[in-house]
Amino acid sequence: MLSPSSGNTVIKSKLIGRRMFLLTAAKTVVLVGIVGRLVSLQINERKKYKTLSDKNRFREWKLAPERGVIKDFFDKEIASNEQVYQVHLIPENSKDIEKLFVRLKTILNITDKKLFFLKKIIAKQKPWEPIIVSDNITWSEFSRLNLFLHELEGVKPVVSVARTYPDNSSAHILGYVSQVSAKDLQTKTYLKELHVPGMSIGKTGLERKLDQEIIGKIGFQRYEVNAFGKRIKQIQVNEGQAGKSFKTTLDFEVQKFTSELLKDKAAAVCVMDVYNGDIISLVSSPTFEPNEFVHGLDKKYWNSLLKDKMRPLTNKTISGLYPPGSTIKTLVALSALENGVIKPLDTFRCKGKIELYGEKFHCWEKEGHGIVNLRKGIQRSCDVYFYEVARKLGVDRLYETAKKFGLGKKVLSGFIEERAGVVPNTKWKKKFIGQNWYLGETLHSGIGQGYFQSTPLQLCLMTAQIANGGFEIKPRILFDKKNNNLRDYIKYKNENPNEPLPTDLLISNFELKPLFKNQEHINLIKDAMFSSSNEPGGTSYRHRWENKKFTFAGKTGSSQIKRFTEAQREAEVKQESLPYKDRDHALFVAYAPYDDPKYAISVLVEHGGSGGKAAAPIAKKVIKKVLERHDLRQRVNSLIGETI
Amino acid sequence: MFRARSIQSSLSIKDKFLSLDYLLIFSIFILGLVSILAMYSTDGGEFKYHTKSHILRFFIFFGMFLVLSFIQIRFWHSQSYLIYILCFILLLGVKYFGLTSSGSKRWLDLYFMNLQPSELMKIGLILFLAKYYHRISIENINQIRFLFLPIVVLIAPLILVATQPDLGTALLIAAGGLTVAWLAGVRVKFFAFSGLAFLALLPIAISFLKPYQKSRILTFLNPERDPLGAGYQIIQSKIAIGSGGLFGKGFLQGSQSYLDYLPEKHTDFIFTLFSEEFGFFGSLFILFLYAIIVWRIVKIGNLTRSSFGKLYCYSFATAFFIYVVVNMMMVLGLLPIVGSPLPIMSYGGSSMMAIMLGLGIVMSCKVYKDTPVN
Repeated sequence: MLSPSSGNTVIKSKLIGRRMFLLTAAKTVVLVGIVGRLVSLQINERKKYKTLSDKNRFREWKLAPERGVIKDFFDKEIASNEQVYQVHLIPENSKDIEKLFVRLKTILNITDKKLFFLKKIIAKQKPWEPIIVSDNITWSEFSRLNLFLHELEGVKPVVSVARTYPDNSSAHILGYVSQVSAKDLQTKTYLKELHVPGMSIGKTGLERKLDQEIIGKIGFQRYEVNAFGKRIKQIQVNEGQAGKSFKTTLDFEVQKFTSELLKDKAAAVCVMDVYNGDIISLVSSPTFEPNEFVHGLDKKYWNSLLKDKMRPLTNKTISGLYPPGSTIKTLVALSALENGVIKPLDTFRCKGKIELYGEKFHCWEKEGHGIVNLRKGIQRSCDVYFYEVARKLGVDRLYETAKKFGLGKKVLSGFIEERAGVVPNTKWKKKFIGQNWYLGETLHSGIGQGYFQSTPLQLCLMTAQIANGGFEIKPRILFDKKNNNLRDYIKYKNENPNEPLPTDLLISNFELKPLFKNQEHINLIKDAMFSSSNEPGGTSYRHRWENKKFTFAGKTGSSQIKRFTEAQREAEVKQESLPYKDRDHALFVAYAPYDDPKYAISVLVEHGGSGGKAAAPIAKKVIKKVLERHDLRQRVNSLIGETI
Repeated sequence: MFRARSIQSSLSIKDKFLSLDYLLIFSIFILGLVSILAMYSTDGGEFKYHTKSHILRFFIFFGMFLVLSFIQIRFWHSQSYLIYILCFILLLGVKYFGLTSSGSKRWLDLYFMNLQPSELMKIGLILFLAKYYHRISIENINQIRFLFLPIVVLIAPLILVATQPDLGTALLIAAGGLTVAWLAGVRVKFFAFSGLAFLALLPIAISFLKPYQKSRILTFLNPERDPLGAGYQIIQSKIAIGSGGLFGKGFLQGSQSYLDYLPEKHTDFIFTLFSEEFGFFGSLFILFLYAIIVWRIVKIGNLTRSSFGKLYCYSFATAFFIYVVVNMMMVLGLLPIVGSPLPIMSYGGSSMMAIMLGLGIVMSCKVYKDTPVN
């Protein structure tokens, strides 16, 4: 009994051993497989998985930098930053969000619509992500909130910084800031690196032009986050860098003064230093409230801006296009002199109208001006004189001169809203209208009507370049210490035409480009402009300054909106009796003081009627204001010169 | 009979101590210490609930393992059927009185601990079949009528466990049982037939699968199918292991685990955590420890004279090996996530208890290697 059983056991043992051997072989294969997998994951692909692990682990929150401020010439902040009080809420920290909102409503001024909106956001995002309940509450609300904070679990009072504009007089040139839109992200490449959710960017004007530098460098907070996205600890902080601040050439006092003058009118004023092109003032009216744009615009307000016939959102100084009207006559005369078409004392007889191939061309003075020479032509703004001059000159030669003086092209850089306008010539008409030029159109061009389109800033530049003796200047709005002594240079050159320059003038590296062939021609135009403003019979004689300190020389203009019919002309219809939208635009350009030109000005009043009546009185007041502040400006200039 | 008794009685206490396999005990102890370190890390570097309870369990069951080593192999042999029946009754108990947690009913509340009888069944089934095949003669092994009982004792607990539902444990129990049958000499054709039968029944079985089980299998086939849902565990586990690199991120520095990207880090994914913190070499070290343990158990099987001892040791070694590799292949993305703990390393009392019980029986095979079981 024992032996078979033990024999059985031996056979069994051998069988078991054999099969175990097979299993051991299989195990070895599996083990090698596992080691192989470890090699592939932990050695061959460790970089890939390391990256994936870090991607899991770290998350960055960007911090919006403080926007740089914009100052005027006297270092007054015209676009600054203010502390704003905000209410943030972390839903996770609140036990009962419904109750919290009810309580918040009693403390803050929140509408039901806003509450509904907030609840929608809360439902969408993670419970530990803060939402902004209100981004701008008053100090009294803020202090009340802090008082009841112990009842408001989850609510966080936050002091932040936002754009603020002390005054809306410069709203157009400064522009405004507002939340980044989806379109901004697509079109503005610099935002790819600079964008922080909730950040404001410049939408128009200087704010937009300077956006890239004024935003600053964005900071970030790098956090380690867990699988649910909750921040565990801060790894790294970079505060970023506040944006660069900019100093402009604008005079905030003049801006405010001018803005007040233009109130309730659709109008624009530009003032420029005739030597260095510094823009002292650039006001468009009516204006809008730029602060309204910072914290989310009210729809009602936005609609009212859009519907307003006076177009408050348009910067009329650089985006408004108007026929230059009689203000162009200075250039027509200059072009004719330069091209030798007329002599200053050549005369024409004005009988109130001329006829050309059966078409009648009227002078604004129905009775006619009689015998008219260049000086009188400009002084009285005689249309017939300029019809004759233009006919002799031809539109293509006028085109050359007008272009040289800055019409028909953008004069500033970086303002997307700026428009170039039109200086017509025969080629232009062929290209854009597809027709040949008619001589009659030359006559219209001679008095700044027809196809001519220009911005008030272009007219101001044109006047400044006549005023400084015919030298090219580049208008600028950002302060630049360069070119401050162009004025001395021109003066020296005028007084000592044949002598070499003194060294201190040589050092400054500016280009001096004369726009004339003979400076005498420029002086003739300046003299004629003087007579227009300061001699009886001149178109703006009534609005002259007797005080020599403020005496200006100017040229009126009115740009026609609708051609007068023969019947209206016969009935001597007055501008005031026409419907508002049919009235002429009133224009006036001038420089002052006459004997030592410092500033040039252009004034436009939309549908204001005649330039002499509507625009010149405004120019008169602004000129006085600007000249009164001239000494102060010079002092600041010399101070800056010393510190450099 | 007489001779056998004399051999047995000739063993003094000293002999018994000397005949223990110290390399095996040492390896288990080291593995236990490593598991405590890993558990300490899952608690974020603090002595919290999991660590404390794991330490307690490890030392209690490690002690139990040492004590069990001195119990005669004859006892285990004689009580094998009873142990199996006990395990089966407990499984039935789970069905009627079990605790339900995250959708499955696996535990019995014993007041001092929650017992998972399916873990004990892993040992119970091996014991039963080892005894069964020890007793029948080699000629009868492949007779159909002698195959009947093994099939029944294999299938019955499988159904109970699979319907808890706990597919992973059911398959692991089956793996242990099948190993015994294979080692005992059951012909390959029977395995082939039952394999075919299994395949034929597969569509029916799949229709019984819970939706989450189906999705796990699909996810295994393509983890990127649903990276935030079912594929999440596999993807995060691979990221953790891969990012560990050669030397790991350092003890307590496993970002994937302490930032909660790693699911089930105490239990099924404990190897992932260790591998993330100690890298490729750490993983090799763990594999090495397991290899030593398996090797020592096989060695004890070689030394044991009784078929029962051999069958038991070989089968347990193989089952132990399967538990380890199934868990590792699972966290390495080589197998679907089925939910199987890593022996000794994973948090879980019942698993620890079952493994230590199994190891204790192995050790008693060593101590009483020359003693016949009947």
